[in-house]
Formats: sequence, structure tokens, C-alpha cells
Amino acid sequence: MRNLVPVLTILAALLALWYAAAVALNAQWAQDQATRAGTTLTLPALVADTWSQDKPKLPAPHQVALEIWNTTGAMVLEGRGFSKRSLFYHSWITFSATALGFVLGTALGIALAIGIVYNRTIDMSVMPWVIASQTIPILAIAPMIIVVLNAVGISGLLPKAMISMYLSFFPVVVGMVKGLRSPAPMQLDQMRTWSASAAQTFWRLRLPSSMPYLFTSLKVGMAASLVGAIVGELPTGAVAGLGARLLAGSYYGQTIQIWSALIMAATLAAVLVGLIGLVQRITLKRMGMA
Amino acid sequence: MGFRDLKYEGPFRHLVNTEFLIFLMVTLAGAGILAPKAIPILLVWFAVWWINSRIAALPKSGLTKFLVPMLFGVTVLIIWELTVTSFGISPVLLPAPTAIAATFAKSTHILWQDFVQTALKGALTGYIMGCGAAFLTAIAIDRFPFLQRGLLPVGNFVAALPIIGMAPILVMWFGFDWQSKAAVVVVMVFFPMLVNTVQGLTDTDAMQRDLMRTYAAGYWQTLFKLRLPAAMPFLFNGLKIATTLALIGAIVAEFFGSPIKGMGFRISTSVGQLALDLVWAEIVVAAIAGSGFYGAVALVEKAVTFWHPSQRSRA
Repeated sequence: MRNLVPVLTILAALLALWYAAAVALNAQWAQDQATRAGTTLTLPALVADTWSQDKPKLPAPHQVALEIWNTTGAMVLEGRGFSKRSLFYHSWITFSATALGFVLGTALGIALAIGIVYNRTIDMSVMPWVIASQTIPILAIAPMIIVVLNAVGISGLLPKAMISMYLSFFPVVVGMVKGLRSPAPMQLDQMRTWSASAAQTFWRLRLPSSMPYLFTSLKVGMAASLVGAIVGELPTGAVAGLGARLLAGSYYGQTIQIWSALIMAATLAAVLVGLIGLVQRITLKRMGMA
Repeated sequence: MGFRDLKYEGPFRHLVNTEFLIFLMVTLAGAGILAPKAIPILLVWFAVWWINSRIAALPKSGLTKFLVPMLFGVTVLIIWELTVTSFGISPVLLPAPTAIAATFAKSTHILWQDFVQTALKGALTGYIMGCGAAFLTAIAIDRFPFLQRGLLPVGNFVAALPIIGMAPILVMWFGFDWQSKAAVVVVMVFFPMLVNTVQGLTDTDAMQRDLMRTYAAGYWQTLFKLRLPAAMPFLFNGLKIATTLALIGAIVAEFFGSPIKGMGFRISTSVGQLALDLVWAEIVVAAIAGSGFYGAVALVEKAVTFWHPSQRSRA
């Protein structure tokens, strides 16, 4: 709570900056319109105009807020909360791909991490490639995965989820390998003196001590898999989802629509990462680790 | 008869592990019934896996650490090639590695042109500007603890957002050429770099700062002689994260509009033309550029932060 005032100050400064930038970027268009109409604009009129254009270069925050309200809350009030024009609908499409990919990626990542920790051959063969793949812009292959899977007859949710899975997989492997190896030699020796079996050592020592690492990498993986789902929606030709809204907005110059999709994506990311943070706090507290 | 009695007692028994042998037999039998063409592929796989497990069992050295992953990588390529040729997979779905290599060799001038457009003009310019701006911002707000406390949570929050979504807006503002890609990269790398630099600048303890005060060092002297060097591991962490982000940003921004060159442009249009061999060649370029970029930063890091425990333990 100590940070509340500074954070609010920064946010207020960003908002003020946004409004100022909206004036600066949209002024040209407002002036052109005025010259064409043969009038000159006073400063208040200019500012008012730059904050209320239809297709501004940079929409003012209240325009974006209004658009978001019109496509979410207002539609819910009308009872059409899930119509195809509602941002809830598009967020749901993106979220379902994100979540499916995230779950698959996490499961696979944990499985591979266990393999790496327990098998020297897997460790030495695969681990260097996992680390190297972190430096490669793997998102670039998203369009290819979508098109190839479409050609094989897999379309809809699964191709996007595959991209999400792929992106969330690597952070989980790296984090879990670190986590499963985090028990000190002394603790492992202790397990041995109790003649614990390999399974017991895993369930009672290695897995519990890997939890902080797991949650940290889950947060990274969740953020990555949302990006994957959004980018995965681009090559399918803007059908549905937040990525599709971004692309459609950029085709038709609907800047307000782009910004509202962007804010919605940011909110989704914040909610998902926040949820993991919540689970993390509860879990670690109950395990006595935080 | 229990499982333990099923021990292999034949020749070379000290070289083979029983579970491995049983697994091999079962898999081969299964493949023989379902897809006989898969048998050579499985044989190659098991043979290399066996060799690798033998090498991995040797004491760790520089050679084994290099040999095992290399062997594994080459095997994956061989299996890929064998799968594509023996099952007759259409090059529209998955081109063979040899086909990709041939395309790579044939279209080097296109690939080079795309590399210059995306990696050098877009990603590198944006990387330098974004990291530079973040660094200067961090130094500027360093004197105001109030701003730091506000900016760290906001910066951490923004770093988790799908910033790549800004791409269509920035393409609208800065046009189709590399300037808009550089802008996307600036926005993407700014916050991770800022957060790391701000955190790094706080990474000195009171004793060290007191020592500087007893030397009557001013703010700038303390900054240059103590706090910036101490911040270097954090700075390089940010710089390394930013290398990958920069390439991703520059490539994905091209999906939203670009001149008729660039890696992202080539990938999206070649996918449309089903020229997947060119797409894969472009991905190889991206992989080389990404790991090269990261490796270069890591090398500089090694030279600059030679004193840090994480660098010393590796030596």
C-alpha cells in the first residue's frame, strides 16, 4: 500500500501525457478540416475537436473508454452480452485458445522437466536446445503453423492453442528444471538417510520445493501464451478474437476499435497473471513458504 | 516370474539396459504392425539414443557437453528427412531439411535483403533507441525514490502486457517502412529494460555507499564508480531479454503492413503462396539472427561483468 500514491501519480501523469499526445497528433487533421471550411479554430475548439474525432490518429482515453463500455457493459445491459460485436465474445475466443495452450504447454513442460532432472541423457541432449530456443523469435512461425494445420484439416481453436502451447512450454521447462533441482544436497541426503524411494523424494521434496519457480514461470508462460493466441488470430483473416479485432481495425483505420481491443487484451493479461499470482500466494502460504 | 528376472544375459550385457531393450522391442513390434515404413526411422532414433546415453554416462567434459546435443540435433534432422521422404509428405505441409537447405542456398540475396530490412534496420535501430531511452529514463528517475516506487509496479505490469498489439497503431503512425518496426521495438524493449536498470541501480548496500561518502565522492562519482558497475548484471539481463523481444517485435510488426521486403513480410506472403521451404529458410535466418544477437550481448556481458559470481563459476 506504501506504493499506492506513487503508482497513482505515475498513472495520472501517463493519462495527462495521453491527452496531450492526442491533441498533438490529431491537430493536423482538425486544422485541415477548419481550413477547408474556411474557418479558424480557437484553442479550446481545437482541443475539443482533437478529443472527439471519428478516426483520430490517437483517440483520447475517454473515447476508448466509451467504445469499451459500448461493446461490453452496454451490450450486457441490452442482453446481448455475447453477440459477435461484443468484446466479451472476442475476449472469450482469445481466452479459450490461450487457456488450452497454456494448460497443454505447462503439462508438457513439467513432464519434460521431470525427464531432464531424472535422466542424464535427456538432460544433456535436450536442455541446451531448450535454452537456445529461448533466444529465437519463435513467434515468427505462427502463420505457418496456422496455415499448415488448416491444410491438414485442423482449424478453429486448436492451431491457436498450439502456438500458445509452444510459447508457454519453454519458460515452464526452464523454470521447473531449476525448481526441481533447487533442494540442497543436504536435504537430498536427508531423504536418503530415511531410505526414501525415488518417488517419495519427488513428491515430498523436489516437487514442493519447485513451487516458487513453477509459479514464476507460469506467469511468464501465461503472458507468452496470450501473445501467441493474439498473433495466431492474425493469419486466419480476422474472423474472431482480439487479434482479429486489431487486424480489422488496422485494415479500416478504426483506431478507436484497435485501442479498445488493445486495452481489453491488456486487461485479460492482467487478470490472468493476477489470478496466477493469487493462487501462488495462497499455495505458498498454505505450504508455509511465504 | 517377476519383472526383475527378465534380465538380458546375452553378449555386451554390460552395455545395454534391460528396460531400454524391452521398450525397443515393443516399439519396433508396434511399428512393424502399424507402419512398417517407420522401422528404419525408429532404428536410427534408438541407435543414436543409445550412443548418447553411453556418452552421457561418461564423466562430463567440454567434449561430451558439445557432442551430445549436437548428435541429438543432427538426429532430429535425419529423422525429419527420413519421415518426409519415406511417408511422402507433401512439401506444402513440411519440406525436408535438404529442400530447405537448397532453398536457403538459392535465395541468399532475398534472405540477406530481408535480414537487413528487419534485423538491422528495424530490430537493431529500435533496440538501441529503446534500451538507450530506458537507460536514460532510469538514471533520470533514480534521484526521485517517489517516482521509482511508482514506476516499478507500473513497469512490471506493462512488461506482462501483450505490447505487440501496439504494432498496428505504430504502423499507422510511422508508415510501412522500417521506422514503424523500430518504433514497435522501442515500445517493446523499453519497460523490461527500464525495470531492470532501476532495480540494478538499487543493488548496492549501505556499507558500499557509505564508503563512497567517506571518500567525499559526489552523486555522479558514486553513480559512475559504484552504482553503475554494480547494476551491470541487471542491465545485461534486461539487454538479453530485449534481444529476443526486438526480433519478435520487428517480425510481427511486418504482419500489419510493410514494404515488399523483410522477414515478417516474406514469412506471411510465402505462407500464402505455400512456399514453405522459403518460410523455413527465413525461420533459419531468424534463429541465427536471434541466437547471434543474444550471443553477442552475452559475450559483452562476460567481458564487462567478469567479477560477478555467475560469470566466475562458469570458468
